[in-house]
Amino acid sequence: MDGVALLTITVLAVFVGFEVVSKVTSTLHTPLMSGANAIHGIILIGAIIVAGQAEDTATLVVALIAVVLATANLVGGFVVTDRMLEMFRGRRKAPADAPGVGEAGER
Amino acid sequence: MILLDPTWTAVLYLVSAVCFILALKGLSSPKTARRGTLIGSAGAFLAVVTVFLSSKLDNIPWILAAIAVGSAIAAPVARRVQMTQMPQLVAMFNGVGGGAAALVALLELPHAGDAWVRLAIAFTLFIGAVSFAGSMLTFAKLQELMTTRPVVFPGLAVLTVLVATAALAAGAVLVVAGPAWAAIALAVIGLASGILLVLPVGGADVPIVISLLNAFTGLAVAASGLVLGNVLLVVAGTLVGASGTILTRAMAAAMGRSVQGILFGAFRGGSTAGSTVASDRPVRSSSAADIAVLLGYAQKVVLVPGYGLAVAQGQHTIAELQAALEERGIEVSYAIHPVAGRMPGHMNVLLAEADVPYESLVEMDRANPGFRTTDVALVVGANDVVNPAAKTTPGSPIHGMPILEVGDAKQVVFLKRSMRPGFAGIENELLFDPKTTLLFGDAKASLTELLAAVKAL
Repeated sequence: MDGVALLTITVLAVFVGFEVVSKVTSTLHTPLMSGANAIHGIILIGAIIVAGQAEDTATLVVALIAVVLATANLVGGFVVTDRMLEMFRGRRKAPADAPGVGEAGER
Repeated sequence: MILLDPTWTAVLYLVSAVCFILALKGLSSPKTARRGTLIGSAGAFLAVVTVFLSSKLDNIPWILAAIAVGSAIAAPVARRVQMTQMPQLVAMFNGVGGGAAALVALLELPHAGDAWVRLAIAFTLFIGAVSFAGSMLTFAKLQELMTTRPVVFPGLAVLTVLVATAALAAGAVLVVAGPAWAAIALAVIGLASGILLVLPVGGADVPIVISLLNAFTGLAVAASGLVLGNVLLVVAGTLVGASGTILTRAMAAAMGRSVQGILFGAFRGGSTAGSTVASDRPVRSSSAADIAVLLGYAQKVVLVPGYGLAVAQGQHTIAELQAALEERGIEVSYAIHPVAGRMPGHMNVLLAEADVPYESLVEMDRANPGFRTTDVALVVGANDVVNPAAKTTPGSPIHGMPILEVGDAKQVVFLKRSMRPGFAGIENELLFDPKTTLLFGDAKASLTELLAAVKAL
């Protein structure tokens, strides 16, 4: 892909990024930060590509460390965000809605 | 293996990118937030499957093992963490993401074709390293492995300038000639910069720095996408960079602070570097039994929870106190400051965890007019968010921060650990007001005593 096309995509993504969070309430700042944090864990893709192209052991080891770190970011980020939001939900409706929310004494 | 041609790969990456946008969009409202997270994780999963099916990859067993290790470490930690420790966990995950981006850039250096690619590598390497070191230091501060106060020492400003110059020099060499030593040097300088960036930040400002470093990691990921020619990384990284910037500003605004003031304030002495010295001015303190009478015969009580409640793990006890008071026919609600807790919105999460009904939580704008008709405002482990200095003292570090106007209530009760000032380190005039009563002690212990006393009425 040529440079101008990438630049176009980047600039549009900036505006989308500004736009989607511009109206968020302060109540959700923490989950939103955590959610955005999870999304940049997608660097995992880059780490996988680098590890898959590694030709010597040293490169492979460093690349695999990157894979571990990126996975921790991605998986941990989404799990922790979901856990926060799980708590927001349960109580918006009657307790009848509660079963199925936090299984097996999660709280 | 290559099962997908470039067109299909691009389409699937586009779907993933849309999932991420929908995830952020969904997180903007409590109703759709959880679905948003689900969509986002589905997008991430799709992207990982796509990369395996579209690129010629060696070492696949190793890669899968590394993914398993990463998940096995992160998922249980994320499941088990105490809600009060949420901010430092987010900092930790953010840091490792930045570290991963820096490593990817480092390994791509031998494949870099031209100076533009090396520029993107230099950027990723530096910002990733800043984010990694900064986040780890933030983690240490929030976990109280080190002081939470701003750390400033003589020569900090000079050192910062030197490090910035070194970063520019190493970056320039890397872009022009591309030697490996310049890359290593730039990474080390990045680590030092991250530490220097976070050291002077203290107290209540630390969470805002997490958000800023989150945006940094996003930018590093976007730049790594330019290095690898991967559009998804560019879009996702830019998205996080942009939304993280807005979020950082929104958080800072909720605290009446500017981002520049937070980062560089300590240099000028205008930061939250307040005193930690306990005041010895006279205050009116009282016993749990007396305060129970005050609460038990009121008509309207507003509870004002702060971080002290959370560290003492008193959320469940305050919920029980609420129930006991409501049983007596008293109208009870919670007034929630936007930055109560350690991050904006943190207190809502903490109280939700203790099964406090969502409807009892009243946000600041709606809570403030209600204080005039409130008999007792019970402030538990909060200080700065009710400090009238934010309105009355222009020179104060928290000046301009919107506060909960508990002073309008007929009686104010503070449950406090000691007379030490809050996070921002400024004395609270309200403590010395004639209508204020104090009960000293750990928030949970005090609440337990109060609860027993109310039940005994």
